[in-house]
Amino acid sequence: MIDPQLLRILVALVGILVFVALNALALVYAERKIAGHVQRRPGPYEVGPHGILQPLVDGLKLMGKQLTTPKDADPVIFWLAPIMCFMPVALCMLPIPFGPNLVALKLDLGIVLILAFAGFGVLSLCLAGWGSNNKWSLLGAARSVAQNVAYEIPLLLSVLSVAFMTGSLDLATISAGQGALPWQWNALLNPLGFIIYFICALAETNRAPFDLPEAESELTAGFHTEYSGMGFGLFFMAEYANMVVVCSVATVLFLGGWNGPFAPGWWWFLLKMYALIFLIIQIRWTYPRVRFDQLLNLCWRWLVPLALVNLVYVTIIVKL
Amino acid sequence: MFTKEQIAERGFYTQHFEQGKQDNSLILNMGPQHPSTHGVLRVMLEIDGEYILRADPVLGYIHRMHEKMAEGKTYAQFITNMGRVDYLHALAWNWAFVGAVEKLGETPPSPRAEYLRVITCELNRISSHLLWWGAYLLDLGAFTPILYAFDDREELLDILQDLTGSRLTYASFTFGGVVTDMSDALKERITRFIARLRDRLPMYKSLVTDNFILLGRVEDIGHIPVDMAVRYGATGPVLRGSGVAYDVRRAEPYSVYPGLDFVVPTSDRTDALGRYLVRMQELEQSLNIVEQAVAQIPAGDIQAKMPKKPKVPAGEVFFAVEGARGKIGCYLQSNGSGSPYRVKLRAPSFSNLSLFAELSQGTLLADAVSILGSLDLVIPEIDR
Amino acid sequence: MYRLEEIKRAARGMWSLVVGLNITGKYFLQPNVTIHYPRQEVDNLATFRGHIELIPEDNDSLTPRCISCGTCAKACPSGCITVTKKKAPAPTPEEVEQGVKPKAPKDPETFRLDFTLCSLCGQCVMSCPANAIRFSQNINIAGYSRQDFQFDLVARLRSRLPKHVKKAE
Repeated sequence: MIDPQLLRILVALVGILVFVALNALALVYAERKIAGHVQRRPGPYEVGPHGILQPLVDGLKLMGKQLTTPKDADPVIFWLAPIMCFMPVALCMLPIPFGPNLVALKLDLGIVLILAFAGFGVLSLCLAGWGSNNKWSLLGAARSVAQNVAYEIPLLLSVLSVAFMTGSLDLATISAGQGALPWQWNALLNPLGFIIYFICALAETNRAPFDLPEAESELTAGFHTEYSGMGFGLFFMAEYANMVVVCSVATVLFLGGWNGPFAPGWWWFLLKMYALIFLIIQIRWTYPRVRFDQLLNLCWRWLVPLALVNLVYVTIIVKL
Repeated sequence: MFTKEQIAERGFYTQHFEQGKQDNSLILNMGPQHPSTHGVLRVMLEIDGEYILRADPVLGYIHRMHEKMAEGKTYAQFITNMGRVDYLHALAWNWAFVGAVEKLGETPPSPRAEYLRVITCELNRISSHLLWWGAYLLDLGAFTPILYAFDDREELLDILQDLTGSRLTYASFTFGGVVTDMSDALKERITRFIARLRDRLPMYKSLVTDNFILLGRVEDIGHIPVDMAVRYGATGPVLRGSGVAYDVRRAEPYSVYPGLDFVVPTSDRTDALGRYLVRMQELEQSLNIVEQAVAQIPAGDIQAKMPKKPKVPAGEVFFAVEGARGKIGCYLQSNGSGSPYRVKLRAPSFSNLSLFAELSQGTLLADAVSILGSLDLVIPEIDR
Repeated sequence: MYRLEEIKRAARGMWSLVVGLNITGKYFLQPNVTIHYPRQEVDNLATFRGHIELIPEDNDSLTPRCISCGTCAKACPSGCITVTKKKAPAPTPEEVEQGVKPKAPKDPETFRLDFTLCSLCGQCVMSCPANAIRFSQNINIAGYSRQDFQFDLVARLRSRLPKHVKKAE
């Protein structure tokens, strides 16, 4: 007899993987479509009605491509990296409550699990850059490690401030703790925490204006310079999957999760998550890229002190 | 860092580049296939972390021996080449060569043609600056501005296509005139375009110029003091960005420019932002010039009476015009035959590029990209 | 004081970022400006320089105005034009009787254009003494091999008049 709890987790894991993969495909399309319309062009248009089949066709093309390993690269590390970058994504989605009872893994320490595995992604970028044996990749890897290590701290502090407010590390409790109306959400009760989280989320997912590890005008393609075919495809998918993760977490922590002014449910969760993703995409197509020292300055000179101040503010004002 | 003696001893140039390498530094090839070298420029970098210890541009990947080609062609045939030297401001190069021949033969173009040349050349300058603007921001990681710039540039290219027949590699100047006349409908269209671009420039400013992140990337980057700019022979917006109001249209007036009212924008900032601002102001000034030229253009023939094959007397001449990147010069020596004896082209990008090695020393890789972009290089022009 | 100044600067900077988002957001909602090429076509082709074509005689739309003088071939910087003259027809019996040699017709036998070499500079158009060459407005030009771009303009003139001319007639 199989343990029903285990079965539940397995089914949920498959569901989450499908959800993340489908989302990654849809977001590739959304990104290109949004970029197109921001730039006053149609974006993908020819494959299927309004180009809706474009990501599928692109995926097929990437799968059909030959997998090449650079001459002096370390093949094990080189191919381990793209596979590894997808793993933490699935794990991070496990404790996220999409609806009141729609959660794969009920955990008292959901936030801790997410934070623990969020740091995992940078390892694959580091390995990819190192294993490629390419100078540009190496620079990209060095950048991504410095960036991710630095931004873990304010991210942690801003998440901590929410934990202080709710007094729980359980994501479901945090969601439920926020009311139905927007001004009862943590984003408005703790705006500084939300802004810091959002900036850190951009940096953690290597999205513009913090896309330094792959800054194509400086480092050609950064850590994935040498990847082609599905190796590149996996990094590409992981970027969007990571976006889904950080936006889901932001929705739970700051935007009230499944709560809404009327008819609360998972649709509210998705609505908020996609709104955040839209914002991230629009930011990419609006701003120039920051420089590396500016990125670290922003973190250590602004975000970390502000996050600490915010923590004090939250403990004193909100808890009293 | 090396002293001049050490560099001379160890060899600074490409084939010796590795020799001068310091311990723990990395030799990096930026280009010839690199997104931000705008074509086939190769820059060898010695970097320590992300800091550039020295940089050495390597030229010649798109050398097409235009100067030598001139010697085997008739005067009229060589005009075609000029559109391909600098594909972004092709009409200025057209003008430099046609102007040199006219100056030597003392056969001035017809008055209407002078105005048409000014109009097309300035419109071409705007299109060049718009493209630079977009491409520079692409270097800095902003993707959208280039498409907004291209939206405006598209309208501009349609106008230029009406006036010259081509959209990029123009060959529309003839000795003593131009190829196509401007219709009244086109006049209307140019006026509409001027209004349109003037409407759009504030958007450019608030989307990009005022942007906090952009300012961080261009402010205090790549300072070119006046003496350094003069030492390397920099011209155009690069020199004007260092505060020197040198513009060939004012310094060595040609055509009808003396009669047109415009200012030469300069900036005392001397950094990449200074050069950026100068170019943005030049967009407005070029619009002013076109507006005046369209209003003042006299009626008449677009071609002065000349024999179909220009008779160029023996002798030598130098004629310079102001291109989008700086002073475009054409030195022409004729022995009285049907084709030039020697042509020497002065390309502004070449002098501007030579600043790069000194400018980029000690900067971050990202800053070097920003500096390279702010010099507005067109590689085919450098290699000629 | 220095700190305060810096905080003010940062606040202004943040505001500039909001302005930027506002602009791209506004353009996101506006219709796009792309011309969907095969379904829509550009129209401003009045002075467009396509490959060159021969202008027919005013009264005979199948005979080119060209007088086979070869000036264009000489003027071309790339040497992409080759003109071959028509041979004189065999003399008729009457002409043999009179002892007159028949004149060769002026129009060319073939007018070959190697469009792969052409740089559309217009020297041939400008140099033509008979005003017999003009730029076509053919923008839909594509082929699978280099040979597809070796045109015989005389044959081209005879076989199919370009669309826009047909329309005008």
